[in-house]
Amino acid sequence: MSQPTVYAEPDYEQRRRDFDWGIAERELGYRPGDPINIGWYCSDRVCQLGQGHKLALLWEDFQGRCRFYSFDDLRLLSNTFAAFLLDLGLVPGERVCLFLDRVPELYLGFVGALKMGGIVQPLFSAFGEESLHTRLDDAGTAAIVTQRKHLGKVRRIRGTLPALRHVIVVDAPASALKDGETSLALHELPRVQAFDSYPSTPDTASVLHYTSGTTGKPKGAQHVHYSVVSQYLTAKWVLDLRPDDIYWCNADPGWVTGTSYGIIGPWSNGTTQVVLDSGFSAERWYRFIEKHRVTVWYSAPTAIRLLMREGTDLVRRFDLKSLRHLASVGEPLNPEAVLWSQEAFGRMFHDTFWQTETGCIVITNLPGMPIKPGSMGRPFPGITATVVDPKTFEPVSDSGRVGLIALRPGWPSMMRAYWNNPEGYAAKFRNGWYLCGDRATIDRDGYFWFVGRDDDVINTGGHLVGPFEIESALLEHPAVAESAAVAKPDPVNMEVVKAFVTLKPGFEPSDDLELEIMNVVRRRLSPLAMPQEIEFVASLPKTRSGKIVRRVLRAKEFGEPLGDLSTIMED
Amino acid sequence: MDELRRVILDYVVKEYLEEGDDREVVVDTPLITGGIVDSFSMVSLKRFLEKKYTIQIPDAEATPTAFDSVERIASLVERIRGARAGA
Repeated sequence: MSQPTVYAEPDYEQRRRDFDWGIAERELGYRPGDPINIGWYCSDRVCQLGQGHKLALLWEDFQGRCRFYSFDDLRLLSNTFAAFLLDLGLVPGERVCLFLDRVPELYLGFVGALKMGGIVQPLFSAFGEESLHTRLDDAGTAAIVTQRKHLGKVRRIRGTLPALRHVIVVDAPASALKDGETSLALHELPRVQAFDSYPSTPDTASVLHYTSGTTGKPKGAQHVHYSVVSQYLTAKWVLDLRPDDIYWCNADPGWVTGTSYGIIGPWSNGTTQVVLDSGFSAERWYRFIEKHRVTVWYSAPTAIRLLMREGTDLVRRFDLKSLRHLASVGEPLNPEAVLWSQEAFGRMFHDTFWQTETGCIVITNLPGMPIKPGSMGRPFPGITATVVDPKTFEPVSDSGRVGLIALRPGWPSMMRAYWNNPEGYAAKFRNGWYLCGDRATIDRDGYFWFVGRDDDVINTGGHLVGPFEIESALLEHPAVAESAAVAKPDPVNMEVVKAFVTLKPGFEPSDDLELEIMNVVRRRLSPLAMPQEIEFVASLPKTRSGKIVRRVLRAKEFGEPLGDLSTIMED
Repeated sequence: MDELRRVILDYVVKEYLEEGDDREVVVDTPLITGGIVDSFSMVSLKRFLEKKYTIQIPDAEATPTAFDSVERIASLVERIRGARAGA
């Protein structure tokens, strides 16, 4: 009987000293000047290394039905998807939106669309038609791949999206579709044995992920194929992926975690991953881990806190000894959750910090590092990170002083642009630093400690929601005169959306009206954006120029000092 | 099907199923795990139940498990109403 491989825990300081991104390039077999296509690295390359037979994806639906895909299946089905897009007349550089639940076509299509040179635009399938329209319109998306259950939203907005030439439906026969819609039964098409992946350069656009800001519409963070260098190495080092691992990332590929670490990271490492297409259920999740012997689990604080609510007795009913490494992302992981995971699973969740724009983990608790519960950890070895003074943008020298988290640009997966928004992109850089929009402190050991956002963006359940979009949706309700959306603290989601609303004459506050407004926002934008509470007020705090001052409302919700009120106009 | 279950079922279908989504929803259909209602939308469903039946559902009882089907939701509402009537 062979002995299990023993892995030495890496030394953080040594890794920092010896680091250069060439480590990842060499391990990936990439030489500067070669084409670099993420889709090829996630499928064909793994097969060329003799791992074609290895399981790439085990997918399970909410009823427990499973599908299995080897890396060779992944190669062939992504070839087929890529060829299908080319046959439709799509060309490299066009935006291909994946508006799908966590079905296999999402994962196979992501790889396939990259192989044909498309810019993949994954969108959260719970988005309402207004959120969907905003993002498709901005990107000038040429094709959307979706399911029958989401087709109604697409149909209602298609007429106002002139660039959208193709609506592709993966689970409906042609007979159920309208003119201009195309059925794609991927598993029934003849598999394309050989496909020449688009010869992308390191700077060729790959993925477009939309993220929210304080003002204006959501911004499309545009990434490039060279990002695989960062995503490969951070997945290997931070998530500690090893050849025999069974890896589970909870994140939906509609968000960046679900692509960087739910597709690119594990598959460029040749790692087997499992996907559960099911809503949250603690019992269901534990059964999934037990059934598939999951070894590495990348989850989120909101999910962990929901699991905490179900208690450790439930955990004990399952055999979860396969779990070897746990990590978390989305919002700060509170110390109680870290300690609870030690009690429940015998292992601590390792917090990681990054964002849509960074494309990869930038501050983290690497395996082997002592964990300080509640800390974000230390910069990944290839990342120069600090906190800077919010006025001078110079690094804060004394430990414990709050500043803005700032990163020195230059790592491979850094976004290259906000789509159609050069001013917004430029505004993210000051004094040679990329500003994340978060405030933190650094302790004497170099660990970062999250303090809060530096803007009005609401981080709910690990997803950023922009107040502007919510307020715009609120104003579309006939009863609403003015509105302000702010964060409200929440024990599970860290923050939830709270709306303050003034009503037009003739309307009176009521429970019925509150529920009606909540549902309007949920349907138009998304469940994440739906205010969990609406407070009807007589007036909103404003500056003398009439701009609503959200910070006052937010401060009240958090019980914080209201700050300078000298410019606030009293009604 | 009794009135309580019918009202909840009708509300779920009207509010949470997309137009054109032809999935059949019955009292035992998984709502949360089945992806019809997510944990954020649960808040609006809870608000509807509280308003419709003039009850307060404690946050600790408004769990994804308790909201995973119309049947479970109806049982929760019945229990809370029963406890109130017996108080």
